[in-house]
Amino acid sequence: MPDTALQVEPLLDRLENALREEMTAREFADPAMIGIHTGGAWIADRLHARLGLAEPLGLLNISFYRDDFSQTGMHPQVSPSVLPFRVEGRNILLIDDVFYTGRTIRAALNEIFDYGRPAQVLLGILIERNGRQIPIRPDCVGQRISLAADQRITLSGPSPLQLRVHLVSSQP
Amino acid sequence: MIPTQTANLQLDSSGRLKHFLTVEGLSRELLVKIMDTAESFASVTEQTVKKVPLLRGKTVVNLFFENSTRTRTTFEVAAKRLSADVLNLNIATSATSKGESLLDTIRNLEAMHVDMFVVRHTDSGAAHFIARHVAPHISVINGGDGRHAHPTQAMLDVFTIRKYKNDFSKLKVAIVGDILHSRVARSEIHALNTLDVAEVRVIGPKTLLPAAVESLGVSTFHNLEEGLNDVDVVIMLRLQKERMSGAFIPTEHEYFACFGLTEKRLACAKPDVIVMHPGPINRGVEIDSQVADGPHSVILQQVDHGIAVRMAILSMAMRPDLEASAGDRS
Repeated sequence: MPDTALQVEPLLDRLENALREEMTAREFADPAMIGIHTGGAWIADRLHARLGLAEPLGLLNISFYRDDFSQTGMHPQVSPSVLPFRVEGRNILLIDDVFYTGRTIRAALNEIFDYGRPAQVLLGILIERNGRQIPIRPDCVGQRISLAADQRITLSGPSPLQLRVHLVSSQP
Repeated sequence: MIPTQTANLQLDSSGRLKHFLTVEGLSRELLVKIMDTAESFASVTEQTVKKVPLLRGKTVVNLFFENSTRTRTTFEVAAKRLSADVLNLNIATSATSKGESLLDTIRNLEAMHVDMFVVRHTDSGAAHFIARHVAPHISVINGGDGRHAHPTQAMLDVFTIRKYKNDFSKLKVAIVGDILHSRVARSEIHALNTLDVAEVRVIGPKTLLPAAVESLGVSTFHNLEEGLNDVDVVIMLRLQKERMSGAFIPTEHEYFACFGLTEKRLACAKPDVIVMHPGPINRGVEIDSQVADGPHSVILQQVDHGIAVRMAILSMAMRPDLEASAGDRS
């Protein structure tokens, strides 16, 4: 079984630089950051410190917004969403660890808009893999990689943060 | 695939919740899972749009054969916060009063492609009966049946206790009042024992305690001060006057004199005791207003928690007829 490790720190460096460039280009003033539970929150926590954001980090648990509830049912979640700032009219930095089909981000955007209407949302992703299923894609990425259909990439953490590519037995 | 039913009508073949009829027979793990899920719904009320799309496209029928504004309303709010469509059927003015049988009513509603029944009925076992006869895709939630069970009230009560007290295994919980007629008390006793509470006490006059109530795993007291000694939680029960057919108590005034919760009596409990009541309160009968509105009271928090707990139960029971698929869906 393949178990290819990717180094997280260089990817964080690239993602941070990409976010800074994009924020400058889009005149992204006074941003508030949201990490998607669980891996996205770990990455957001690191970027939040690197970018020197003063406002507390927001946490989004998109379980109640997934489009696959009718297939997977309910699972207990002990980390509810916490957005310690007003979303209305804000520039939001939305952060996740892995971008695959795009459905998680769709769910996250739906949830964010239930808290208010942000001015802009900028999506930062540590790893973008192939397999996009809906017309959503990240603005900034640490790295893009191509994987086989039966391969997954998983972030473990929060300390240390480690990426691992592995095989799965069934399709999502 | 339609999951097959197990020996426990409430669970599917994978041990997941299909119906929620009683706390009896459910595992500690499942009760904790309900509370954990309810915990995560708390943030929904902080949203500008107080809804999540989990049950979008589903139809929940509140099938109330017995009046209850509070329970029906909280089920309705819970279902609507999950984006379900809700039908409220007042059975007193519906077809059953014109002679239609209960099963005919159920069949007609099934033909309207509904997905869930929340049932309240004056007869014990009514929710079980309906659960045994509904179409396989429909879930049934017991909103209170006769003197038998009120499992969602019990779950919101233990959820409230968990909010204030960390460790169930160290708690002494007193349930006070009309145990005999109380479906809430029966369900609470089962829930508290399943969660391994250190001691569950029932306190009341002999006329309002069931025979052999100790077999449910409780200790009994007929003196309020003695029973309240050193307890962490006091759950006051409403006098079920509508279910009393005989002279169970001399007068309400005398009942309050012996079993009414006053500040002085509450001082027998631990200093950080919490006081609960499933409502509606009979002030001056079961509980003094100073206690009901006092610093130890968590009665209004119970109402708030009731919505989150019912959201959890509705969403867990309305699970798919498919096995869960694993894998990263990012």
